[in-house]
Amino acid sequence: MTLKLGIFYLLAAFTVWAAAVVVLGKNIVRAAVALIFTFCGVAALYVLLDAEFLAAVQVLIYVGGITILLLFAIMLTSRISSATARVINDQVVLSAVAAAGLLVGLIYAATQGIAALSGPPRLPETTRFLGRALLTTYALPFEVVSILLLAAMVGAIVLARKE
Amino acid sequence: MITFAELCEQLYAATSAWGLPWLVPTLVVMGVVVGFVIAYIAVASMFMIWWERKISAHIQVRFGPMRVGGWHGWAQSIADGIKLLLKEDIIPARADKVVFVLAPMVVFAASLATYVTIPWAPGLIVKDLNIGLLYMVAISSLTVVGIIMAGWSSNNKYATLGAMRSAAQAVSYEVPLVLSLLGPVMLAGTMSMGQLVEAQGGTWFGFLPRWFVFPQAVAFLVYFTCALAECNRLPFDIPEAESELVAGFHVEYSGMRFAIFFLAEYANMFAVAAIATTIFLGGWRGPWLPIPGLPAEVARGLFGLVWFQVKCYFLIFVMMWLRWTLNRLRVDQLMDFAWKVLLPIAFANLIVTGLVLALWG
Repeated sequence: MTLKLGIFYLLAAFTVWAAAVVVLGKNIVRAAVALIFTFCGVAALYVLLDAEFLAAVQVLIYVGGITILLLFAIMLTSRISSATARVINDQVVLSAVAAAGLLVGLIYAATQGIAALSGPPRLPETTRFLGRALLTTYALPFEVVSILLLAAMVGAIVLARKE
Repeated sequence: MITFAELCEQLYAATSAWGLPWLVPTLVVMGVVVGFVIAYIAVASMFMIWWERKISAHIQVRFGPMRVGGWHGWAQSIADGIKLLLKEDIIPARADKVVFVLAPMVVFAASLATYVTIPWAPGLIVKDLNIGLLYMVAISSLTVVGIIMAGWSSNNKYATLGAMRSAAQAVSYEVPLVLSLLGPVMLAGTMSMGQLVEAQGGTWFGFLPRWFVFPQAVAFLVYFTCALAECNRLPFDIPEAESELVAGFHVEYSGMRFAIFFLAEYANMFAVAAIATTIFLGGWRGPWLPIPGLPAEVARGLFGLVWFQVKCYFLIFVMMWLRWTLNRLRVDQLMDFAWKVLLPIAFANLIVTGLVLALWG
């Protein structure tokens, strides 16, 4: 369907533009606002891939939770009127290598195709399926990720509280 | 009885027979729906603003607006709206102009988008999404983003303080809000707004309507409290506390942009009341009578339309009543209440519901 492809390109261009503002913007708060639009664009791409549940959760968690916390943290820690950031930091070489590797991988996946990625399964009810899968087949990875998040949270609190 | 979705399907079929691409009828349907929703929001908000002024006046033993339009000042909101339209639009010189202009649009778009999955009457729902409830909660959380954008871009300390308070409040109250909605979702086994109403048909013990507010009374109270906080209504209105922050996040806005914030606040109140009505109060369900000369299905639909509005406006009345009788909470009290009271209650409700469903369901 060509129209769907057109919508995809529009959304992709919007997402990439917003992401570019996030990475290249000098103003931290503006970058955070652009991050919100990036997440919304990604959510729209999920809808285009028939993953409504993922899209709604993306908006709820990333936009409604994480970005707002991010903005909150920015407002608490820096002087808002002159909130500027260094765009390029010290790990240029390392990040360039990582980005180039990712680009090669993506180009390979797009042109050659990877067996594990081909053909998304058509699920009538993604929510029910996801719930069952997370609590039966993937219960262990799910719990491991939860514990990892908990550990990260405790670590953040320990680092933030100096006394 | 034909549903809205079937009507759209017939329109698509007819236009594709004429050889039009499906984009054209889709855009027409979108335009008509958005037009209707904006018209509804405008009229309903003007009514709610007038109503709130009358309710506050009567609670304070005053009359409220009495002159404009004749009967009890019914045209006061129209006059105010025209005044706001004609006022000068001021953007502060040191404001971040792009974000400043974008903020009211984000807030209004977020409250507008929630109207897509409201089941107004049997069959009358714009799009009965599988994840309708989750969609509504997720989209309405975008309002806070707009509020933070407004507060920060104004370059004003009161506005920034309001935005920060709003961020803290929204993040805290979102958690018990979502958890409280899970109880009814577990009972119904679905998140689609249409099917949630369907699941509440019939009665318990022959007289009590099978509304989820009865088995999930705790969840209803938790949801309603969190919804008040999400709407920034008293006693949770610290983001715009007049007495300390002047007006909080929208202090620098004037004219039409201010009006859009105001409109979005009332549109949000209605959306919150509509979620509560759909999930806990049986949606459009209610007793209905056959209307002479009309098929039974149509009469049921019309009664459903009225019942839905009656239930929503009752909840909105309760919100206004609370606003004019309760004090504003302090910031620390607000946080304590969300994390130490509402969250444990919401979790306990979830566990008890799950246990009951597992043992007897």
